[in-house]
Amino acid sequence: MKQNAIRRYTGVRNRGINPQGFHVSQIKFYILLLPLSVVMILPIIFIFSSAFKPPDELFAYPPQFFVVNPTLKNFTDLFSKLSNSGIPVSRYLFNSIVITLATMAASILVSSAAAYSLSKKRFKLKRALFAINNLALMFVPIAVTIPRFLVIERLSLLNTFWVHVLPVLAMPVGLFLIKQFIDGIPDEVIEAAQIDGASDWWIYWRIILPMIRPAIATIGILTFQAAWNNAEISTLYVNDESLRTLAFYLSTLTTTATGANAVAGQGVAAAAALIMFLPNLIIFIFLQRQVMSTMSHSGLK
Amino acid sequence: MSIRRSFQHWLKKEGSAYAFLSFYGILFIVFIVVPVLAAFLLSFTFFDAIQAPRFLGLDNYISLITQDDTFMKYVLPNTIQFAVIVGPGGYAFAFMLAWVLAQLPKLPRTIFALILYSPSMTAGVAMAVVWKALFSGDQTGYLNAFLMGMGLLQEPIQWLQSPQYLMTIMIIVSLWSSMGIGFLAMLAGILEISPELYEAAAMDGMSSRWQEIFYITIPSMKPQMLFGAVMSIVGAFQAGSIGVTLSGSNPTPQYAGQLIVNHIEDYGFLRYEMGYAAAVSVVLLLMVLFFTRLATRLFGSER
Repeated sequence: MKQNAIRRYTGVRNRGINPQGFHVSQIKFYILLLPLSVVMILPIIFIFSSAFKPPDELFAYPPQFFVVNPTLKNFTDLFSKLSNSGIPVSRYLFNSIVITLATMAASILVSSAAAYSLSKKRFKLKRALFAINNLALMFVPIAVTIPRFLVIERLSLLNTFWVHVLPVLAMPVGLFLIKQFIDGIPDEVIEAAQIDGASDWWIYWRIILPMIRPAIATIGILTFQAAWNNAEISTLYVNDESLRTLAFYLSTLTTTATGANAVAGQGVAAAAALIMFLPNLIIFIFLQRQVMSTMSHSGLK
Repeated sequence: MSIRRSFQHWLKKEGSAYAFLSFYGILFIVFIVVPVLAAFLLSFTFFDAIQAPRFLGLDNYISLITQDDTFMKYVLPNTIQFAVIVGPGGYAFAFMLAWVLAQLPKLPRTIFALILYSPSMTAGVAMAVVWKALFSGDQTGYLNAFLMGMGLLQEPIQWLQSPQYLMTIMIIVSLWSSMGIGFLAMLAGILEISPELYEAAAMDGMSSRWQEIFYITIPSMKPQMLFGAVMSIVGAFQAGSIGVTLSGSNPTPQYAGQLIVNHIEDYGFLRYEMGYAAAVSVVLLLMVLFFTRLATRLFGSER
């Protein structure tokens, strides 16, 4: 028995890439990863901890990292609060939820339809268009905020719901990842459906979409992060306070948090930060397997 | 008649392909192509968003190089320093971590990957709360309290307002959140490599893990390496607003954390010199292009 165990943990089988179980050679990696993960995760634990801190713990000296007497006061404060312009915080949260859901749904449909075309349809400009999209992978949206502003102004999208959704939909990474994933579906599947007389729309809706669930999950997450965490759009393209997002509201809490304001706002800001962060984490935990399977198709040639 | 017929022929053959592409295509043109072209065109003009643009030729670029002291003295060196450490540095760090994670069984690997990835999920907005508390300038700031408790500091330091610390803090914060989708792509890439390749190499007498990395792992996952590289380059330039978020002001204290992105905002939205800001944008886009070309040279499989 003991011999077996020793062989199991020291033999060759569990060495190298993607091992099945524990092996002594892995100890050095744990020694490296454990302290590093602690450092990486501390700020995140800090969000959790300070969101539940009562005021005297938030401003204790010396400061305490972990909460001692957790309370929900920060959250009730947050939701009973009005912003400087008289909008209740729940309104920002509601906006964020609606905008994020709409953007995710639209992004999944728009990118997957385009990816289906670029992957499986035959037309002359196919390779050229895909190359252009690949070039756009290196696009830095923040560089063109000003011309974007001019375009959005011309289209009279300023101060509308749509300005939150439409710019986020043009996401070259999303199209790229889905297209690579659809490339993995054999052409025969589609040809067989075509022989049976299926229309393009039917093939897209009934064959492609169900087969690319992992890629859909991935673009869903990417869009979620882009929309949910987005404060810039509210800052730059929206003046109407009732159309702005929670991310924007949080950014006003942290930028104006100086002096006396900081004392009043820090607990509320921590609670808002937790509400911002938590959905990101939950969604990723649920979908991480799909994301990893999409990522194995992510190679850029 | 024949034009019409050939159009109908085209429509029948390629129409549905373009129909599926159309929504994305329109949004792509409106929000990516047009703004880039507009930036390029505006960069040759004087434009204050009130009067029509006035053609200036290369004047904006010339004054950017010859007269803009802030740009040459602070913004450009800052941007290069920040981008080189956070881009290639963060990238090497991400690859190393991905490789280490691939050496572990599935469950611990997933847990560690989640921990390392989670900082990149939150945008700067949520994290600003944390960094402000950590680096707060008075004695209730965590770093100050910690260092004073250890006896290393007598007086609290205004971390986020001091020119000599701001850049370092920006780099640490950005590296912390740089394990994004490039990191996941590389992890997936390493796991995809067929074990037979390693076995064959071991038979041929390859014994060190370093040799394995350089002769098998990296060459077998070049496409993922390139994808990861592009993602970290873009991420490094995109992260430009971090200095302003942390210090709470644009320009940042004594321009210590001023990056090219902040310079664009400074001229575009604060001074309304949009033509000049557009010229700076074009320079930024060219810098990204240059670095990605470099990465393509290293990892590209075509050409």
